[in-house]
Amino acid sequence: MNIDTEMVDYIAELSRLELQTGEKQAMTAQLEQIIAYINVLNKLDTTGVEPMSHVFPVKNVLREDEVVPSQDRAQLLAGSPAEDKEAFLVPKAVE
Amino acid sequence: MVLRELTALELGAAIKKGEVSIKEAAQAALDAVAVQDQALNAFITVTGERALDRAEKLQAGVKDAQSPLYGVPMAIKDNICTKGVKTSCASKILGDFAPPYDAAVVDRLAEAGALSLGKLNMDEFAMGSTSETSFYGPVKNPWDLDRVPGGSSGGAAAAVAAGMSWYAIGSDTGGSIRQPASYCGVTGMKPTYGAVSRYGLIAYASSLDQIGPLCRDAADCAAILDALQGKDPKDGTSLDGQYGNLLSGLTGDVRGMKIGLPVDCYGDGLDGEVKTAVLAVADVLKARGAEVVELSFPVMEYVVPTYYIIAAAEASSNLSRFDGVKYGWRAQEYEGLADLYRKTRTQGFGAEVKRRILLGAFVLSSGYYDAYYKKALQVKAVIKEAFDKAFQQCDLLLTPVAPATAPRLGESLSDPLKMYLSDVYTVSVNLAGLPGLSMPCGFDAKGLPIGAQLIGPHFGEGTLLNAAHAFQLDTDYHKRAPKGGDLA
Repeated sequence: MNIDTEMVDYIAELSRLELQTGEKQAMTAQLEQIIAYINVLNKLDTTGVEPMSHVFPVKNVLREDEVVPSQDRAQLLAGSPAEDKEAFLVPKAVE
Repeated sequence: MVLRELTALELGAAIKKGEVSIKEAAQAALDAVAVQDQALNAFITVTGERALDRAEKLQAGVKDAQSPLYGVPMAIKDNICTKGVKTSCASKILGDFAPPYDAAVVDRLAEAGALSLGKLNMDEFAMGSTSETSFYGPVKNPWDLDRVPGGSSGGAAAAVAAGMSWYAIGSDTGGSIRQPASYCGVTGMKPTYGAVSRYGLIAYASSLDQIGPLCRDAADCAAILDALQGKDPKDGTSLDGQYGNLLSGLTGDVRGMKIGLPVDCYGDGLDGEVKTAVLAVADVLKARGAEVVELSFPVMEYVVPTYYIIAAAEASSNLSRFDGVKYGWRAQEYEGLADLYRKTRTQGFGAEVKRRILLGAFVLSSGYYDAYYKKALQVKAVIKEAFDKAFQQCDLLLTPVAPATAPRLGESLSDPLKMYLSDVYTVSVNLAGLPGLSMPCGFDAKGLPIGAQLIGPHFGEGTLLNAAHAFQLDTDYHKRAPKGGDLA
């Protein structure tokens, strides 16, 4: 797979990032170099190998429901760049 | 008594005996920070007043203190949440974010009577191997101010090496505790995945991240881990285990212990001086009765690409939460909601973070998922199996931490792939969820510290610490301090 500027535009859009023209050229070249290197994995035959997400066997952990206080709303909102004491404020999303 | 020359346990003992007050210790550390940190830039936030207040409160309870670390000043990497104290991940995008809660490890350390001096500089979102990608400027290596301290826990390693803090809490996703420990001549450990709660650690790659200590020696490391380890219901990946006996289990007895030397870790690309110093560790342990066996670890060329695919994929997902809405910083000008996200993220993240987010988005994107992400998860299984085979032949593995000693500032930033390749000895440990320890084992001709890595099977912390302790009983590399740091 070759990474070109079109692909970089696509993944930048997926990532909610904007790249300026010069930055995009450099990023494309670097990603191309990294992907070319990563392709060394193709030398290893992994036919039939189960993809491993967790190194430890993970199973569901169940417990009784328990009522505990949740975080204080004012404290949670305090870290936000824009809030009105009740909610996070963002530009109008739906007309 | 020169306080900064003491280990954390020695200082803890002196505090307990009343030879030193906690306030004196805290003040000595704060004075050291005031003198040295202009040059080193290891701290992002110094919480001096809080530290002195806490010192007074702790002093009142010193008689009843249980923990050997009671009252000992320490500092915390800036990606670990501290209630009401700025936690920035060294990123512009988090601004002056002060979390509404403490991370689980911060709670556990507080229970042990720890005293925090502040928050430590790092690579932005822990992405980097040099601590140069910080929004707050690069950290310098106390052994040579023209060189990097390693990363991403570079501030943590520099603070301990320079005598500004008796120990530090860092995080390790692909070597971020072990490699800076190596470059700065301190002892550091990444515990078994799941042994320390990640609750309150701002996630980079959740399946690989683990919190651990950077400190003066193996005994300090054991004491800190005894305080940190334990199952936490707030972290679904934390594991039940036999915790709390690491310090009491340090005997220095390594008779019959089998040390494995993976020959594939000592080949091309490894600096000659580093190789000699690391292999000398085997000789010291052999003289104490350990056995040394050579074995093959035939997956070395796959570890870095596998790591970067998985880490980038998880990062691209984890970092989607930084959008200028819920916390931190927001761009000034934007048109509509989608543009707010874009402008905030574009202006708020640095180049290395963007590179990893984009790489992650690529390997997860439709049409490439199988070829890259799924393939990496398969290779991860192969790497895990290679470790399983190795541990059938030995109790622990001895390898270098990094192929060379600390590079000069700026050298790695220009070539990201080269920087990634320098993680070759550390990343496999995270992929397999194993414990890994880094300890000083020599100096090169330039006077820079060299580190040796010990890798153990799951929950092999006790074996690693015992081997490191045995080595440190017979050597003094861990006791050497950089010149120019005299502040007592």
